[in-house]
Amino acid sequence: MKDFMFVFRNDPSTLTDRSPEEMQASMQKWMDWIGGIAAQGKLIDRGNRLNPAGKVVKPLLAITDGPYIETKESVGGYTMVRAESLDEAAEMAKGCPILLFGGNVEVREIDRM
Amino acid sequence: MENQELIPHLFRTEYRKITAVLGKTFGLEHIEIAQDIASDTFLLASEMWAIKGAPDNPVAWLYTVARNKTLDYLRRDKLFKEKVSGQVVRSSPVGEEIDIDLSARNITDSQLQMMFAICHPSLPAESQIGLALNVLCGFGINEIASAFLTNKETINKRLYRAREKLRAGQVKMEFPDETEIELRLEAVLKTLYLLFNEGYYSAGKDVTLRKDVCIEAMWLTKMLTENPGTDRPAVNALLALMCFHASRFEARTNPQGETVLYQDQDDSLWDAALISRGECYLNRASVGQQLSRYHLEAAIGYWHTIKADTPEKWEHILQYYNQLLILEYSPIAALNRTYALAKARSKADAIREAEKLNLAENHLYHSLLGELYLGIDNVKALGYFNAALGLAKSRADRLLLVEKIKKVG
Repeated sequence: MKDFMFVFRNDPSTLTDRSPEEMQASMQKWMDWIGGIAAQGKLIDRGNRLNPAGKVVKPLLAITDGPYIETKESVGGYTMVRAESLDEAAEMAKGCPILLFGGNVEVREIDRM
Repeated sequence: MENQELIPHLFRTEYRKITAVLGKTFGLEHIEIAQDIASDTFLLASEMWAIKGAPDNPVAWLYTVARNKTLDYLRRDKLFKEKVSGQVVRSSPVGEEIDIDLSARNITDSQLQMMFAICHPSLPAESQIGLALNVLCGFGINEIASAFLTNKETINKRLYRAREKLRAGQVKMEFPDETEIELRLEAVLKTLYLLFNEGYYSAGKDVTLRKDVCIEAMWLTKMLTENPGTDRPAVNALLALMCFHASRFEARTNPQGETVLYQDQDDSLWDAALISRGECYLNRASVGQQLSRYHLEAAIGYWHTIKADTPEKWEHILQYYNQLLILEYSPIAALNRTYALAKARSKADAIREAEKLNLAENHLYHSLLGELYLGIDNVKALGYFNAALGLAKSRADRLLLVEKIKKVG
């Protein structure tokens, strides 16, 4: 088994105008998806959400607002799972509800230091 | 109460008190002597009371006899007396050689300290449970062996090694200090949880014995809720969970001693008083920030006390199982979660998820898939029930599966 990180990306501006019912339904989908991974004993860490506000530090001390200055997409959170292969991990990510809301999941193997 | 009921009743309530107080007096390394004196006390009670009838105050009688037996023991065995006198004499009033403090306060404290000592992190879980049954619940080697579905030699060895380990680690009977209590209490709760499950889910045939194990686990947990130092939310949650499960005791076995599955139970046999006590403990657990696995399991238990199969009920159960699995994986939670998914969503959704579970060596996995395929593909369902039958070990499990196979075929 190898360890993988799911990096969730989406456009935060699409998330602001959702009704409480939509938020609730989306939460339920997330829980079902993560719960399904946990039920296989393959969840390492459910991870966290990242607040959309942030700063990007670049060389020459130029600090810009927002990590998503060039693109509208930003990292919204992460989760860590266990899988036999990158393919299996990617297969698990296909159930992620972020895909229903225009976001995507980057799947990366973790090389332990 | 007649003698034949009175003595077993008192044994359940007083054996651990006498053992705990004497264990505290002598030091944990001499726990066997404390147990022997407590057992002898009850032996004498059953002999004397059979002839003369029970005394007016049976508990006081037991304490007096236990005290006298202890003093006799110390008089007879000078070497032992010297070994323990350091501890005993310190707590005795001047002029009196030795005092055995059987005050209510010391009884409670000693029992709690004994619980912490037995659930010491240096002991493996099965030893903790064995010791808890033996020392705190007064179960004999035979009873423990039959509760664990093993033989007397195994239990004897296990208890021997556990006592050795406590001795070698110089584990003391004391209340953990404030910085340690959270962690130590977690170990105690885990043992009490396993102890309860041992009684509730064990494949052992003796229903009365299994029920006694559960009742004891509940007593010990209740004791923790009655002490300000240990009356924490997770403790109340654990007790709530035990109450909810125990409420179905009468309904889950038929008069032939066979298992009755949840959905087939007669809910008029569910114990309403125990359910409402469970609700009360669950309310008391609902303070603070921490959501323990006992909170989640108690919440699942609560929804199971509502018989009607509403989508709301199964949605709640599903979400609590999701959270429970995120907190801590266990095969049984994974299987139960998949069952809840079938109820809250659809059988097709659940089959898809079930097939991802890597639990093919578990008979319950095949039973679950059989159940899910019923009405969708009965040939497949039958195949799964047969596979489950091939893996099931206990007679009760096999009986259930044979019934199912008969119904499908």
